[in-house]
Amino acid sequence: MIGVQRTGASGTEAGRAAKSAAVDCVNVHKRFGKLLVLDDVSLTVDRGEVVAMIGPSGSGKTTLLRCMNHLERIDAGELWVNGHLIGYRQTSKGMVEESDAEIARQRQEIGFVFQHFNLFPHLTAIQNVMLAPVRVRRLPREQAEQEGRELLARVGLGEKCDTYPRQLSGGQRQRVAIARALAMKPSLMLFDEPTSALDPEMVGEVLEVMRGLAADGMTMVVVSHEMGFARSVCDRVVMMDAGRIVEIGPPDQVLDKPQEERTKAFLSKVLH
Amino acid sequence: MHFSWHFFTHLLFSPPSSFVKGAITTVYVAVISQTLGVAVGLVLALFRRSKRMSLRTFASGYIWLVRGTPLLVQLVLVYDGLSGLGVYSFPAISVFGISIPSVVQAGILTLSFNEGAYMAEILRAAIDSVDRGQAEAAESLGMRTGQAMRYVVLPQAMRIVIPPLGNEFNNMLKITSLLSVIGLGELFLAAQDYNSATFKTFEIFIVVAIYYIAMTTVWAVIQSAIERRLEARGGEIVEYVPLRRRLFGGGGGGVISVQEMRGVR
Repeated sequence: MIGVQRTGASGTEAGRAAKSAAVDCVNVHKRFGKLLVLDDVSLTVDRGEVVAMIGPSGSGKTTLLRCMNHLERIDAGELWVNGHLIGYRQTSKGMVEESDAEIARQRQEIGFVFQHFNLFPHLTAIQNVMLAPVRVRRLPREQAEQEGRELLARVGLGEKCDTYPRQLSGGQRQRVAIARALAMKPSLMLFDEPTSALDPEMVGEVLEVMRGLAADGMTMVVVSHEMGFARSVCDRVVMMDAGRIVEIGPPDQVLDKPQEERTKAFLSKVLH
Repeated sequence: MHFSWHFFTHLLFSPPSSFVKGAITTVYVAVISQTLGVAVGLVLALFRRSKRMSLRTFASGYIWLVRGTPLLVQLVLVYDGLSGLGVYSFPAISVFGISIPSVVQAGILTLSFNEGAYMAEILRAAIDSVDRGQAEAAESLGMRTGQAMRYVVLPQAMRIVIPPLGNEFNNMLKITSLLSVIGLGELFLAAQDYNSATFKTFEIFIVVAIYYIAMTTVWAVIQSAIERRLEARGGEIVEYVPLRRRLFGGGGGGVISVQEMRGVR
């Protein structure tokens, strides 16, 4: 397939690194048909760190994020989250995809926020937030509801608990989606362009919630074009292009003094 | 030519007990067959979306066979054919103390498995119409594939299923008349028997037609109420057909939002 061996040696090595890291990508490859969308990507995200991923569309940043939650399979390499190989287990015959139940268990620790919210339209805000705690964590309904109301209050929607998604604005929907992800008490939050589908005046309220999460010490990986957010909140910025990591470093370095031509070209288009 | 009004009105308003029994049989056979048909259809629809090739092939083959042959042929094969071969002759069984005659068993069984093939296609289309992001969101919250289907995808698919399900049940009420061929005493067979004794064919079958239309009309009202209740809650986008159009036809009825509906009505 691809010239990367999943050897036992790299597994143990990554396993050691994974003890301290929230996310550890080791030589990750991913293809859609003939197109190589992730080309030998290696990236480590430490616990408590906030990392922004930027790059032109089609650069593979969203795909990499989805691989971290096993919404996409990887074709080669290893992807560790919280010390687990996400979606796979090592056997004597190589990597085997984990069972449905085990993948579900791994995902409980990982919150995912979608560009288009993906709220459940047949449920109210509080029901959206409670569903997984009741069905997956098996919390008593009253406790799940109480926790859910607290979470919705925390994202500024204490008044909107019994409202259906269609009656909420885009910014409110995305904040419900964040509360819904937090209800599973994840140790890692993944954000896939959380403000791209919003009207400009609603971007601020969502970023404000994310800023609060970062201040509380949540580990976050954010695919975003919000350079202001990347600059003020993120510890590191990852610039991707054509399935590879082009440049990586603190925001003032990558955004203000980019070394790579592709980063400069991309930033000049984004920042005008 | 002489239309006997006296005979007609008498039959319509004080029908013989065989008519009443027949009409009741029609309704309960249709309700049970439709319910079982939905269950069979759901299993088949999930098979068609299964990861296992064998289940997908089985479901496709089943649907192909059942939809490709007339119900009348299936009825005769199941009831007369199986017992003729000596394979199975539907011995009378008793459920909750009520004895179910063999012909009723065969009729319900055949209608259910026939209906299942059609419901499978309706349910599959409804499941597919729920945005893939819904299952992804559920799964990323830690739900297993089955939980995501049960708690997130199916409830949304069911709203889409209600209008075509209404059509299916309307059809089911009328199609039970085919069961007369294997001798199941529903409304149509009762009428035929009565006809062979009185020869007032026109009067009798006009009354039968009125009975059927009464049954389907009651169903249309119930269906409207169900749809309105679903809208009042989730406010999903559903195919809404007003009762007037449901009864008298007349095109349109596309997919419109609840807000639009409220404006229209």
